[in-house]
Amino acid sequence: MQVPETFDYERASNIDDAIALLERHGDEARLIAGGHSLLPMMKLRLAFPEVLIDINDVPDLDHIRIDGDEIAIGAMVRHAAILDSALLAEHYPIFRDAERVIADPLVRNRGTIGGSFCQADPAEDLSAVGAALGGSVVVRSSSGSRTVPMREFHEGPYETKVGDAEILTEVRFPIRNATGSAYEKVERRVGDWAVAAAGAFVQLDGDMIADAGIGLAAVGADHFIVPDAEAALRGKPAIRESFEEAAQLCHDQCSPVTDQRGPEDYKRHLARELVLRALTRATARARGEES
Amino acid sequence: MQVKMTVNGEEREADVEARMLLVHYLRDELGLTGTHWGCDTSNCGTCTVAVDGQAIKSCTMLAAMAGGRDVETVEGVAVGGELDPVQEGFMREHGLQCGFCTPGMIMTARWLLARDPDPDEATIREAISGNLCRCTGYENIVRAVRWAAEHPEGATDAEEVSA
Amino acid sequence: MTATDVPISAEGNPIGFGRMHRKEDARFLRGAGKYVDDVTLPGMLHGAILRSPIAHARITSIDTSAAEAHPKVKAVITGQTLEGLGLAWMPTLSQDTQSVLCTDKVRFQGQEVAFVIAEDKYSARDALQLIDVDYEPLDAVVDAKHALDDDAPIVRDDLEGRTDNHIYDWEAGDATKCDEVFRNAEVVVTQEMLYPRVHPAPMETCGSVASMDPISGKLTIWTTTQAPHAHRTLYALVAGLPEHKIQVISPDIGGGFGNKVGIYPGYVCSIVGSIVTGKPVKWMEDRSENLMSTSFARDYHMTGSIAATRDGKIQGLKVDVLADHGAFNGVAQPTKFPAGFFHIFTGSYDYDAAHCNVTAVYTNKAPGGVAYACSFRVTEAVYLVERMVDCLADELGMDPAELRMNNLLKPEQFPYTTPTGWEYDSGDYPRALDEAMRIAGYDELRTEQAEKRRAYEAGESSMLMGIGISFFTEGVGAGPRKHMDILGLGMADGCELRIHPTGKAVVRLSVQSQGQGHETTFAQIISHELGIPPEDIDVVHGDTDNTPFGLGTYGSRSTPVSGAAAAVVARRVKDKSRIIAAAALECSPDDLEWEHGRWFVKGDPDNGKTIQDIAMAAHSSLELPEGVEGHLDATAVYDPPELTYPFGAYICVTDVDAGTGEVKVRRFIAVDDCGPRINPMIVEGQVHGGVADGIGMALMELIAFERDGTNLGGSFMDYLLPTSMECPSYELGETVTPSPHHPLGVKGVGESATVGSPAAVVNSVLDAIGVRAADMPLTPAVVWRAMQGSPLRMDLALE
Repeated sequence: MQVPETFDYERASNIDDAIALLERHGDEARLIAGGHSLLPMMKLRLAFPEVLIDINDVPDLDHIRIDGDEIAIGAMVRHAAILDSALLAEHYPIFRDAERVIADPLVRNRGTIGGSFCQADPAEDLSAVGAALGGSVVVRSSSGSRTVPMREFHEGPYETKVGDAEILTEVRFPIRNATGSAYEKVERRVGDWAVAAAGAFVQLDGDMIADAGIGLAAVGADHFIVPDAEAALRGKPAIRESFEEAAQLCHDQCSPVTDQRGPEDYKRHLARELVLRALTRATARARGEES
Repeated sequence: MQVKMTVNGEEREADVEARMLLVHYLRDELGLTGTHWGCDTSNCGTCTVAVDGQAIKSCTMLAAMAGGRDVETVEGVAVGGELDPVQEGFMREHGLQCGFCTPGMIMTARWLLARDPDPDEATIREAISGNLCRCTGYENIVRAVRWAAEHPEGATDAEEVSA
Repeated sequence: MTATDVPISAEGNPIGFGRMHRKEDARFLRGAGKYVDDVTLPGMLHGAILRSPIAHARITSIDTSAAEAHPKVKAVITGQTLEGLGLAWMPTLSQDTQSVLCTDKVRFQGQEVAFVIAEDKYSARDALQLIDVDYEPLDAVVDAKHALDDDAPIVRDDLEGRTDNHIYDWEAGDATKCDEVFRNAEVVVTQEMLYPRVHPAPMETCGSVASMDPISGKLTIWTTTQAPHAHRTLYALVAGLPEHKIQVISPDIGGGFGNKVGIYPGYVCSIVGSIVTGKPVKWMEDRSENLMSTSFARDYHMTGSIAATRDGKIQGLKVDVLADHGAFNGVAQPTKFPAGFFHIFTGSYDYDAAHCNVTAVYTNKAPGGVAYACSFRVTEAVYLVERMVDCLADELGMDPAELRMNNLLKPEQFPYTTPTGWEYDSGDYPRALDEAMRIAGYDELRTEQAEKRRAYEAGESSMLMGIGISFFTEGVGAGPRKHMDILGLGMADGCELRIHPTGKAVVRLSVQSQGQGHETTFAQIISHELGIPPEDIDVVHGDTDNTPFGLGTYGSRSTPVSGAAAAVVARRVKDKSRIIAAAALECSPDDLEWEHGRWFVKGDPDNGKTIQDIAMAAHSSLELPEGVEGHLDATAVYDPPELTYPFGAYICVTDVDAGTGEVKVRRFIAVDDCGPRINPMIVEGQVHGGVADGIGMALMELIAFERDGTNLGGSFMDYLLPTSMECPSYELGETVTPSPHHPLGVKGVGESATVGSPAAVVNSVLDAIGVRAADMPLTPAVVWRAMQGSPLRMDLALE
């Protein structure tokens, strides 16, 4: 079995401790939460941090709760807990849709939402969910917390706004009325990364679309989004023609890359098809026609 | 570094490198070779153990990260040498062939049944979807877990006779 | 649980054939199985292999000094070290040679370059990074279709006089007659297809622990082998070690599927490592090494043509194959058959003529080809014919079940000699297909399919539905010594049986289980013959010092060959027990009758001796007839007179989302005829696993390459194995046509479903989308592109 290079191990007892350790060890240190992105990379000797700071003992990062007019999810919340959350299922069933197709149950027992966001893999499902829903990310350093809008958080593949001695502590999503959300993913096999995936969020005002969000994974959409498609939906009737127009814009404006999961034209096709399906289902949910 | 944890109810301690993976700690330091490994990429699940009651892949956890925690491996399942219902289900339903994925499957099945004592076929299939098996085509593993769900106390006396 | 006429033992087991829980499970369930990586010896060192990152390159220098300076490294072995020992190259199972550690140039990505031995496995891995190798890159031959081009780089310039990448041409059947049939045929359909490179990928990777005792000169090697005796002989030949000083132990094996038939460089390195260091050396490959360097399967580019009358009478079949063997011809198969048993490609139908030509080539890819439960390339053969029949059905507008039924061999045609020279001894093919169609509810499925198609065409749904059939005939149980050997070793199997004085027994076998349940099945065979409860029979296997010679477990040969040997040896014991019983009962052996483990005097059923009584008597002071020795044991070597011919009919129902190309296998019906079933539970388990293999190959498994030879299937993130979610609940059926020449009538089943199922899945998906051809794996992208009329070729990196 492949094994990592040597490194030092530190275990943080709280957030301040984690930040202090990051400051002490500089940019050769990495936080480890679930470890399901980092450790495989280290075993394959594609990543070789000198220090690993284990934050699994850090308290107060494992909540899913209503906080004002937002849902707050702690960075250490495991995928399994997101999948099981009745609160999230009630407000944003997109989480349940997405979590069911993220890796496998054992990986979901360990992997965290914070880890997923910070890994910033362009095929990562929760990042696409976040992009669809909007909201914000809370990042903390020794000088305090700052809030980064969700859609600015990802700077590019594997790059985020989290600095060297910072830690993502929470992800927040606004609670809104008359909304529906859904996630659609095509994978070659259960547990595989997406060939393409689309998350959708709609807020209805009667028969009209008051607001909409679309998040795309694995098709080369900058920041996981296609703003023109969302703009095209706002103020339109919530009918198939509107969804098709937005889906077509996603098809046209994403930039998928051919790989063994599929050729570029197929992924583009999927962007359209999955956006169409996600919008349709999200709307049905907003209308209470589907759970 | 010194790593101490509870393994199958016993306090165990060893001086290991920080980079040592939990699966190697269990196999090489503690001699608990029932936990296997089959890939490098957290896909196969043959290394599944329970840490604080959660089924996890021990190839993707450092021994150091398991320090202070409660680890259970397949060796800890059969109490007093008697098979537990999950193990018995695997035997009765022919849920194993080469036996290599079996310890991981058993640990995942036990985790599932602790959460959901009466899972249907679809739930079982989803629960074991991170444990690969190359021999059984999964059918009899699903049946084995169902058997265990239906026999939380193991086989009845009548079944013993007819088995 | 058991057939009514089989007595039940005190422990509830059938004394003979029937369902019975496996004896080996007790240790596996407790995590007490002993696999190679579980072997730990005092002072044991750990090896790791440095592999080439590029597919084709000349090595200009290797600097191992930094690795050797690592405080925990004990030795670094290179091709140069091995050259001094005459071990830099080793023979393959196909009369070729293979590099152990590279001395001249690397020929595939992942090829073995150096071997590090260290105190622990982490340090061994660390030291690999300290070895400095200079590679001078060369153009690579990756696409077999260009391997014979004039300007193709020569892979095997180590072979004297070699000016191209051609390995062999091999043909079977009558080309002239076949041409005539095709010339006169009303309908001819030609179809190109690729059975792509896949990998057996057992959950346990390959490895070995070698321990050379410097005093006695005895080498003990615990290793992942399906053929321990063949390995021992090969080590004796390769390394020049005396064979009686080599003990090969194949402990519990975590799946084989043909991956563990051959000898890999790592095994040889661990042996050399132990000789060099004087310590035991363990080498276990990681998953990437397993997928990138050990025996892959298939890689057959096939062009088939089928000839028929307009009303659907099949008349002829021909196929041209381009076989990609990789950088070394290392396929495992009987010597006379370089393309294995591929010439069984005419399958289960009657023809006027058939012909195949196989051209094999070297490429800059890992060596192999015969593995993955393939019955020596019967897999490729069945896929070819079952795809061609569907192509013909499509051309004729006929239902594929009807076309098959009309052309299947009829029971009265057996024994039947195929146009390529196989003699099928028995079978009732229409009955098996009927049974599969009955279980499936074939007509109802077709009705449902038509409704799904209508709704799809009306824009009401994106879902389509497919029904795919595959009918297979295998030739297994290799094989008769007159026809078959591997590297000169005839394919007969020995067996030894000893009955202890108290009537307990031990049977020793040359075959080795990798999950097939030999400890149970072989006990049941002895039990069936002698009436000894199976729990009283110990099966010893997997240790060359303690078992008779034989060629091992692959090609579904364990029950056809060693199973027959076990029956023969038990019958010898039974014959002797009759004489001893007669002596004890003071009567003539001719006066005795046998029933349920007991000889009794004809007409006086109370007057008899059980096999246990007889065993004690055999070891006692009872006076035995002149010339009869005491004790109760026997040996046998079984040379199968012919192969056995299992067959079956499979039906696969799929749901295909036309909007995304996603495929879901909804149902899989498998009707197998493997003769009488010794333990039906184990047989069903073998079928389940094989169907899962077929689903895997049909839908997701693939080792593809970049044009420079970079392997794109080198981890389980890229080489996808089916999970519990892709596999349906299988629906099994059976017919029983005993083998006329096997002592038990059994025919072998280990590979049937792997052989038969891929075509059923592919036929089903193509039936759903209404497309004649697309190559495996039918990933969502492949299915969608096939529907667009622009098929994808997946064995090379998509561009």
